[in-house]
Parts: sequence; structure tokens; C-alpha cells
Amino acid sequence: MSVTDRDIVSALQGGLPMVAAPYAAVAASLGLPEEDLLARLEDMQATGVIRRIAVAPNHFKLGMTANGMTVWDVEDARVAELGAQVGALPFVTHSYERPRALPDWPYNLFAMVHGTTRDQVEKKRQQIAAILGPVSRANDILYSTRILKKTGLRLRRKGPTCSD
Amino acid sequence: MLDATDRALINRLQEGLPLTSAPFDGIASELSITVDDLLARLERMKEIGAITRFGPFFDAAAMGGAFCLCAMAVPQTQFERVTEQVNAFAQVAHNYQREHRLNMWFVLATETPEGIAEAADAIERETGIAVLRFPKLQEFFVGFRVAA
Repeated sequence: MSVTDRDIVSALQGGLPMVAAPYAAVAASLGLPEEDLLARLEDMQATGVIRRIAVAPNHFKLGMTANGMTVWDVEDARVAELGAQVGALPFVTHSYERPRALPDWPYNLFAMVHGTTRDQVEKKRQQIAAILGPVSRANDILYSTRILKKTGLRLRRKGPTCSD
Repeated sequence: MLDATDRALINRLQEGLPLTSAPFDGIASELSITVDDLLARLERMKEIGAITRFGPFFDAAAMGGAFCLCAMAVPQTQFERVTEQVNAFAQVAHNYQREHRLNMWFVLATETPEGIAEAADAIERETGIAVLRFPKLQEFFVGFRVAA
């Protein structure tokens, strides 16, 4: 096959063109029939190479100016069960278990919370605290004050790259 | 800046675009606007920065690569210089300033798992500041949606 998944990723990493038939436009640039591109993209979505085809909003510009990364020190034996409960909260956009970096960083559960004010974010943080209870021995919140860079994944080896 | 239709459009597009020849048709009719209007709104929101990206979100790990959240404690007086140095690495997918002793948080996305350590080590060498690494061990994944 002459057009590889890598070629498809390269053609799409800058985003989809904002036209009525975006896949046809990308297919044409790759020299591929549109049906073939759609089938390949379906496969990539099924295997998880593509997580979704969607829009990424800028929370700051949307008035969601309070963006807090809440971090929790949760007993290792309970983190899977409690992390799933935290991740299920409607206002938590991303939630992960990550390694601690002792002694500086005792936290192993991360949950991202957005709001229009810090008060709003604090209330959401309290809801997380209520779920974790005493199993969380310490917690903190890191508010973001500035986006320094946001480009998404970029392939470096071969192939053209579109810029955002 | 954004009207109710713009916000509805962002919310709807966070759920995903179908893989069809005319993927906007259904969404435009749900919102009672024309496809041309939808595209013009999308274009404008991209221009003013209300949306940072529109298209497929690739999972580096599923392609054999890796992601890693990293953090640095950057002295305030060096912050702008270090920002430039860190952002110059193509492997840095996004980077946020946060209020904490660890005040710079960025995500590395690399094409191989080894690429993470290489990039983080290179950033340490260039900036002279330790790069703490927080790869995900487990994701508690529900959805991405943020109400616009």
C-alpha cells in the first residue's frame, strides 16, 4: 500500500480543513479515493490510533478561566476504585493515576477541573474530597495561569506537516 | 464574543464528527443553521482562538509512541527564557504555567517510548533544571466534554 497510516496522520495532524466535504479534500491531497480514506480512518478509530475527530475548545477564551489540576495522595490499593469514581464526575475532564515523585510530590491521582471562577472550582474540589475521604492523605490544586503552548501531536520523521 | 449557537456548536463538535462525505450536514440541521454558516462560525472561532484544534486526536501510544506529563520548578526570573527553550522542542505538545513551586507543566508526545527520556533529558541539559516525569499509569476516562 503506497499511502501509509503515517501519511494519513501527517496529512491530518494540523487538523481537518473547514470545508463541507473535508475528507474528500484530504483524500485528494493524498491521491486516495475518499471511500478508502474513510475506511482507513474508521479502522484507526477502531484500533484507538484516533481517539475521536472533534474540536478542542480553549477553556480560557470560553470564559472557563479557572482551570485547576487537583492532585491527591491516595492509598495505592484503593486508587483504581476511587479514581474511577472521580473520573466519572461530570466536571472532571481528565483523570489519571501517575507515579509519585517523593519526597517533593506525594500525589498519585490527578483530576482536571474547569470553572468560570475559582470558587466554582473549589466547590468541585470539595466534591472530590468527599468521595476520597480519609483514603486521600493529602491534596493540592494547581491553577493554570497561562497556556504557553498548545499544538497537539506532531510527527517529526518525514512527511509534510501542516501548521495549526 | 460567542453566541448561543457558537457554544452549542462547540459542545456538539466535542462529541465527535462522523466519518461521512458530508459530516457537517446532520450537525447543521440539528442546530438549525446552514452548513455554510456552520463552517463560517468554525473558521471564526479558530481565528479568535476559541477553539485550538479541529480534527482527529491521535493517540501516540496506539501508534507505538508515548505521552508523558512533565513538570519543572522554574525560577521566576528565568521563566520567559525557559518557556522559549522548552517550547522549541517539537515533542512538547502543550505547556501550561501553573501556580505552584512546580510552575511549568508540559506534555511530551514522542514517536517511540524511548523518545520521552531523550526529550526530557535534552530539556534538562538545555535549561539546567530538573524535569520531573509523570507518565500515566492508568486513565480514568469518561469523556472530554467541557460545557461551552
